[in-house]
Amino acid sequence: MLEKALHGSKIYWAWVMALLGVIGIGFFTYLYQYSQGLGVTGLSRDVSWGFYIAQLTYLVGVAASGVMLVLPYYLHDHKTFGKLTILGEFMAVSAVLMCMMFVLVDLGQPKRMLNVILFPTPNSILFWDMFVLSGYLGLNIVIGWMVLHAENKRGELAKWVKILIYISIPWAISIHTVTAFLYSGLPGRHFWLTAILAPRFLASAFCAGPAILLLIMFVMRKVANFHVPDKAVNTLSVIITYAMILNVFFLLLEMFTAFYSNIPGHLHAFEYMFVGSHGKWAMAPWMWTSVLLGVFSLVLLIVPKWRKNPKTFVVALITLVASTWIEKGMALVVVGFIPNPLDQVTEYTPTLPELTISLGVYAVGLLVLTLLFKIALGVRAETANA
Amino acid sequence: MDSARRNFLKIAGLAAAGLTLKPAGNAFGMGVIVPEPDGAANFDSAIEAKRWAMVVDTRKLNAQTRKAAVAACRKAHNLPDIKNPKHEIKWIWEAGFKNAFPDLAGPHVPPQVEREPMLVLCNHCDNPPCVRVCPTKATFKRKDGIVVMDFHRCIGCRYCMAACPYGSRSFNYVDPRLHLAQTNVDFPTRTKGVVEKCNFCAERLARGQMPACVEACRNNELIFGDLSDPNSSVNQALRQNFTLVRKPELGTQPQVYYII
Repeated sequence: MLEKALHGSKIYWAWVMALLGVIGIGFFTYLYQYSQGLGVTGLSRDVSWGFYIAQLTYLVGVAASGVMLVLPYYLHDHKTFGKLTILGEFMAVSAVLMCMMFVLVDLGQPKRMLNVILFPTPNSILFWDMFVLSGYLGLNIVIGWMVLHAENKRGELAKWVKILIYISIPWAISIHTVTAFLYSGLPGRHFWLTAILAPRFLASAFCAGPAILLLIMFVMRKVANFHVPDKAVNTLSVIITYAMILNVFFLLLEMFTAFYSNIPGHLHAFEYMFVGSHGKWAMAPWMWTSVLLGVFSLVLLIVPKWRKNPKTFVVALITLVASTWIEKGMALVVVGFIPNPLDQVTEYTPTLPELTISLGVYAVGLLVLTLLFKIALGVRAETANA
Repeated sequence: MDSARRNFLKIAGLAAAGLTLKPAGNAFGMGVIVPEPDGAANFDSAIEAKRWAMVVDTRKLNAQTRKAAVAACRKAHNLPDIKNPKHEIKWIWEAGFKNAFPDLAGPHVPPQVEREPMLVLCNHCDNPPCVRVCPTKATFKRKDGIVVMDFHRCIGCRYCMAACPYGSRSFNYVDPRLHLAQTNVDFPTRTKGVVEKCNFCAERLARGQMPACVEACRNNELIFGDLSDPNSSVNQALRQNFTLVRKPELGTQPQVYYII
C-alpha cells in the first residue's frame, strides 16, 4: 500500500517539497542549537520549560482526540464514523511523533536520551509519559495499518486488531492524563497543582483535536475530492461544542478557587496571566486574545443556526483551535513558572531559532500526516472503483 | 555508565570506597578521588554523618560574610561567571527575606530583617521532589541526606527545575567553560546542557574539609553538622533558637534551617 504515497498530482508534490524545505531549515537550526546549547532559546533559569514542552502538551491532546472517532464507532456503532476512524488513528501517529520530537529538541543532552530506558525510574512521571506515548504510537500504527489493509483486501478486521482498538480507547485517555500528571504533582507550582488539570487537558483535547481533524478534512475535500459525510460532521460538531463548553467551565472553576480563596500562591499566576504582575504583562494580550476567540467560537458553536452553517462553522473551528492553542500551547506551561519560587517575575518569549525548530517539527508531523492520508485515500479510491 | 561509578557516588562520603577506584573517576562529577596537591588522597580524614544539615544564622550574616560565602562556593565548584541573568549558575546566593520566605513576608517585618538579605541554597530535603521526578536517577539522595547530581547521567530535561520549590537548580544554557576565569582542579567543570546545584560540598567532606561557604564564614554564621548527633553544633543551634525552614507546608522537609 505504501506505493500509493508515490503517485500524486503536482499540488501534492509541491506540498511535499515545501514541507521538506521547512524540515531542512528546521534541521539546520537545530544543529545550531545543538552546538550552542539551549541558550539560543528564550528559556531561563526561572522559566525552564517553554515553547517546546508547551507544543508537546498541546499535541498530546491532538493525539488523544483520535479516540473521539474511534469510541463512537467501535463502542456505539456510530456507522457514519466508519470511514473516518483511520484518519483519527493516522493523525494520532503524526501527533505523537511530533510530541516525541519536541521532547528531543528540548533536551540539553539529547545524546543521553536512552538513559531514560537504561535507568528506568518508575517514580518519575516522565518515565510513564514516555511509556504511554510510545505505546500509543505503536497501537495507532498497527491499528491504522490493519484497518487500511482490511479495507484494501475488502476483508473483515482481524479479531486481535479489534482487541487492540478496545485497548487504544482507555490508552488515549491515559496519554493525556499522564501528561497532566507531569505538572499537577509538583509541590510549589500552584498554577499546575490542581486535581482538574487532567480533565482540563482532556476537555481541551476533545474540542481542539476533532476541530483540527475536521479542518484537515475540509482541506482534503477541496484538494483531494475527499468525501466528508454530513452526518459525521454534525456528530463531531456536537462533540466539539460540548468539549469546548467543558473546557471553558473547567477554567472558570480554577479561577473561582483562585480568586475566592484569595490564597496568594493560587492567585499570582492568574494575575500575571490576565493583568500582569510586578509590572510585567507579556502574556496578558495573548490571554485576552484567547478569551475573545474562545467566547466567539463558543457562541458560533452553541447557536444551532451558526453551527450548521458550513461557513460560520469553519470560522468557529479556526477560532477554537487558536484559542485553545494560546491557552495550552503557550500560557499553561510558561505561566506555571511565573512568578518563580522566590516570588520574582522573569518573563519568557520564544526566540527565532526556537520557533524555526518548532516549525520544522510541525513540518515533519504534517509530512507524515500527508503521506499516511494519501495512502488511505489511495486505497479508498481503488476499492471504490473496483 | 558503569555501576562502579554509580556506587562510588553513593558512598562518596566513605573513605575506603575511593581507594579501589582509579583517579580517572574525576570525570564523575565530584572531585572526591582527586589526589590532594601533595599527591596523596586524603581519605582517612573524611568527615561523615548520618544526616547532614545546615543552620543559617541570619542575625550574624553581613554583606561581607555573605559575599565571602558565595565567592568561596563559586571558586570551589567552578561556577561560570555569566552576565545574562537568564543563564546564570547559582548554588548559594543572596536573597531578601520576602524572596526566601514569600509566604511570611508582609508589611510588619522588622526593618532589619526586611533590609538584610540572607543566603539561600539547596535545602537537601528529606523528601526531595527533584529526586522524585528525575527520569534517570541523575539526581539522588545519599544515605547521609545530601542530594547530589551525576552530571554525566543528566539528560538535561529540566524536570527537576520545575519540581524544586526553592529555585535552587541551575541549567547550563551555554558552555560554562567559556565563562571561567580560572579552574579549580579539585572539582570538575561542567558541559552545556546539564543541571547543577549545591552539593553540600560532598567532595570537600570526603577530603575532611567543611563546606566552602561554612569555612568562609568565621563567626558561626553558617553552622554545618550531623543532625543525628544530639551534641552536634547544628543540634545545639536548633535547641537554643527558634528556626524556620523554607515552605514547610510543601512537605519537602528542608534541612537548611534559618535563625531570623
